[in-house]
Amino acid sequence: MQKTYYDPADLKKFGKISEWNEELGAKFFDYYGKVFEEGALTEREKSLIALAVSHTIQCPYCIDAYTGDGLQRGITKEEMMEALHVAAAIRGGASLVHGVQMMNKVNKLDV
Amino acid sequence: MLKSLHKRHSELANSKRQLEILSNGIFKSGDLPTFKSKISETNQFPLKAKKLEILQINVGYMCNQTCSHCHVDAGPDRKEIMTRETMQQILEVIKQTGAHTLDLTGGAPEMNPDFRWFVEEASKVGVKDFIVRSNLTIITANKKYCNLPEFFKKHNIHVVSSMPHWTKGKTDKQRGDGVFNKSIEALKMLNAIGYGMPNNHLKLDLVYNPSGAFLPGNQSSLEKDFKKALKEDFNIQFHKLFALTNLPISRFLDYLIASDNYEDYMYALVEAYNPIAVANVMCTNTLSVSWDGYLYDCDFNQMLNLPVNSKAKHISEYNEALLEGRDIVISQHCYGCTAGAGSSCQGSVA
Repeated sequence: MQKTYYDPADLKKFGKISEWNEELGAKFFDYYGKVFEEGALTEREKSLIALAVSHTIQCPYCIDAYTGDGLQRGITKEEMMEALHVAAAIRGGASLVHGVQMMNKVNKLDV
Repeated sequence: MLKSLHKRHSELANSKRQLEILSNGIFKSGDLPTFKSKISETNQFPLKAKKLEILQINVGYMCNQTCSHCHVDAGPDRKEIMTRETMQQILEVIKQTGAHTLDLTGGAPEMNPDFRWFVEEASKVGVKDFIVRSNLTIITANKKYCNLPEFFKKHNIHVVSSMPHWTKGKTDKQRGDGVFNKSIEALKMLNAIGYGMPNNHLKLDLVYNPSGAFLPGNQSSLEKDFKKALKEDFNIQFHKLFALTNLPISRFLDYLIASDNYEDYMYALVEAYNPIAVANVMCTNTLSVSWDGYLYDCDFNQMLNLPVNSKAKHISEYNEALLEGRDIVISQHCYGCTAGAGSSCQGSVA
């Protein structure tokens, strides 16, 4: 049995997911490809969103892929870090905003 | 300023050592296929030279910069400079060939003392596209170079200049402190006399190459981003952007090994191999001439000391019949020109 859950080499095998269900795999990768095509947002903007989301969901494969993708697109480290802080702010804010629920309960029950 | 590998007496200053590295390790063990076996899969071995279209002349390895990725290992400490005698031999060849493009490179080609003489003489021959690969900073380096933009204009030179990014940080990291600001100043000087302006015949193209161990992104997307940023930030315009892949030789190879990126980079090149790009690689329609007049399939082979596979090995022995149809000399560095959309001195090829 492998000693770690994640192996960087597995990222390159992502496409093999289709081998066990060709129809759904093909639909997924077709969708995935379309999502990242230039539309109302540029491919560059989508890459930065993907990088931020990758950190939010803490996916090592995605972080590896979208850091590399960003470098290839000429995205600077300053832009990458700002995108991450957006993700971190939302993630932190999501915890903190629940504090209102805590405050509501305390205010209701406490004398 | 960084010293060249030659000046540092690095083992990688020796082209034989570079070729050993490129032939051993992951390629000898069979973990990765050699370039020869890869192109053989699609019956493209041996690569054959077609009709000569581009004559690329390296007029010397001296440069006012020492960029961290330079495949020439150029710098102020390099003294290899083409003589006027060799230039005269080249002029005779230009008259004979049907090559539509003359491409001057270096080092900083403008630092060759006979550069202007050669440009004036070669202009008289009347090639369709006369390129000078200018690093831009040479234009502002010294008073004697300040009028280069006017000189280029007078001879209708097609200026092709390196610019790894539209920001100072990334550019200076690769090309040296202060290079970005000087390049911007030079680009403004070129724009001011018409170079790079929309609908102007004075062509100004930029060359992008990644500032690290990764492959270039899509050329047209990068061009769009470069154009937007340079226009908005500095009111600078240019025509085309050529996205080039860094080849794993010389100083870039040194960087890859020192940063422990060599194997991953070679894997990335091989995985991105595109057989369609092979059909259009520049070595098949280009001849590279070194500062001392020897002939190579490309500038990279020149730096690896891999001369043409022909009886005509020197510009003084130029013979179209002997050179056309020759087998192109290859090694694993060739993967750099066949990755993704391909890479050549004129940008993507596929």
